[in-house]
Amino acid sequence: MTEFLESVLRGLGTGSVYALLALGFVIIYKATRVISFAQPAFMLAGAVLVTYLVGPVGFWLAVLIAALLTAGLALGVERVAVRPMVGRPAFVVAIITLGVDVAVRVVVNGFIGLDVRHVGDPWGLRTVAIPGTGIDLQQRHLGAFLTTAVLIAALFAFFRFTRMGLAMRAAAYDQEAALAQGVSVGAVFALAWGLAGGLAAVAGTFAAAGASVDAGLWLIALTALPVIILGGLDSLPGAVVGGLAVGTIQELAASYQQHAPWLGGNVSVITPYVLMLLVLLVRPYGLFGTREVERV
Amino acid sequence: MSATGRRTRLRGRPLLHTSYASELALFDTPAKRTSVGMLLMLAVALPFLLPDEVLQLLAVCCVAAIGAIGLGLVTGYAGQVSLGHAFFLAIGAYTAAAISGDPDGRVIGFGVTNIGVWLPAAGLVAGLAGVLVAPLATRLRGLYLAIVTLGLVFIGQHVFSEWSALTGGAGVGRPAATLEFFGQPLAATGALGTRDQKLYWLMLLFLLIFALAAANLARSRIGRAFTAIRDRDIAAGVIGVNLARYKAIAFAVSSAYAGCAGALLYTVTGFFDPSSFSLLLSVQYIAMVLIGGAGTISGAIAGAFFITLLPRLTREMQAWVPFLSAQPNEVPNVFQVETILYGVLLIVFLLFEPRGLFGIWVRVRNYWKAWPFSY
Repeated sequence: MTEFLESVLRGLGTGSVYALLALGFVIIYKATRVISFAQPAFMLAGAVLVTYLVGPVGFWLAVLIAALLTAGLALGVERVAVRPMVGRPAFVVAIITLGVDVAVRVVVNGFIGLDVRHVGDPWGLRTVAIPGTGIDLQQRHLGAFLTTAVLIAALFAFFRFTRMGLAMRAAAYDQEAALAQGVSVGAVFALAWGLAGGLAAVAGTFAAAGASVDAGLWLIALTALPVIILGGLDSLPGAVVGGLAVGTIQELAASYQQHAPWLGGNVSVITPYVLMLLVLLVRPYGLFGTREVERV
Repeated sequence: MSATGRRTRLRGRPLLHTSYASELALFDTPAKRTSVGMLLMLAVALPFLLPDEVLQLLAVCCVAAIGAIGLGLVTGYAGQVSLGHAFFLAIGAYTAAAISGDPDGRVIGFGVTNIGVWLPAAGLVAGLAGVLVAPLATRLRGLYLAIVTLGLVFIGQHVFSEWSALTGGAGVGRPAATLEFFGQPLAATGALGTRDQKLYWLMLLFLLIFALAAANLARSRIGRAFTAIRDRDIAAGVIGVNLARYKAIAFAVSSAYAGCAGALLYTVTGFFDPSSFSLLLSVQYIAMVLIGGAGTISGAIAGAFFITLLPRLTREMQAWVPFLSAQPNEVPNVFQVETILYGVLLIVFLLFEPRGLFGIWVRVRNYWKAWPFSY
């Protein structure tokens, strides 16, 4: 039982990283109807920026600055590579972001170099014991979970209570109608990309907390793809629930995989994809996604 | 007016078609016939002009082109975005390698080295895998499908790196299929030419066969159904195209092409390991199709040659750009430039010439057609 609960808590920790990444994907999708495959590159860029900034300014400030800088990078990418493609098929834009991802990651990898780089988080691999249960919880997972909770609350408040949030919801609901009402759809696009970039940077930092930043970190961001499919491409709550669910199931698979040795080692890496295939067979638009209406 | 078309064609009016047969002909204008013929003659003569090392590279290009044509059928013609091409390449490569492998070796092998057996088998097994994936394609559209096929690559990579009895395991690998036809080695240095010369001719022959087959498929009833689905799937369904059936056919044919390409691809180098079949490979094939020109066979071939020769070109470029290093541990080096180029070229082509290399060719052709007038 202790093992089970520990796995679940670990899963919620990694799951919150997925949730942050998935939120970025969903925000971009809702605003622009495009899946941005550039998220892995932004996540890696954010984590690498933190490793450079943590020395001079400390961890939390470094995360903040890195998130802002990555948001700036995302804004630039949106302006240069994505904005000219407005009105073109979504698949073409998605492939463009794939190209952006490959190009940006090479540059970022150049900054990783050969040294082991740490994000310098205050937790490392230390644990806290939850009194009375004998469960050990890693501090970094607790940190990731709490930070994600705060960010999600802030994000939902932003969409709910601010003018710009309202504009973003309007543009997501009906772009032309929003445009006719005076909403600057261009600003909505830019803000969506900026938010996604910032969230990816935070997610990258927590994904690398307690470990080191290396070129393989971007694969974690790809796990957010099954997450958004699972939750539904256009559902923010779906992204959060999907992220936590995928993280939990992945950690449970990692804990209990010795009972199924024929699956091979590291089977937890592919559980999100298998889960995605299974869910899609039953619900083609994910758990919370809206069913597309087909008009002739 | 006769129904055969060709005899009634007017001289000097290449675009005037007087029958459906001439409109749908494989080479519908005399100019196309001559230019393809001349290109083919040049391609056959290349081994007498180029060193062996370049020929080996061109042989790889030919095989990559087979795979790109396959992806072009499903993505360019039928409009179903597949990021899972690497998975189908892997299935073909392992089927062929297992059938032709040494029965007493450390990995699975059945010892049937005849290419007449392992090549069709690779195509068949990969095609069946494609049919299994197709039900997903009929339920999902656009980006959902792209992500699911991307998942296939990851699942495949896990299975192939864990199943070391078949694949030799990650980082170790296994020998590829043997190029042999009824006991005759197809690519061995002999009186007729060196290994690389023969290899190139063989792969060129395969490319020709597969390209002609794909071009014929594209102008048949099935090909027209594909393009109808690509252009507007609901409209296609309304006019009586069976969506589920034709999407399944598209995936099956595309995966079969990928399987054959995978089987042949590693016979050139002779050895391969499971880490080759990563997402990057899928992206490269997408890049081939899009840079070459989606929805054309010649575009897929041009794209495959371009992308496969790109590493070689960047290495040549190093001599001209002084600050580039050939050492992988220095920044900036040619390997970084090479990877960036895949991404940047994709973006540049999609932004400025969505029809790809084929589109550039169309522009050049139209310019000279009307020369000295602007249109």
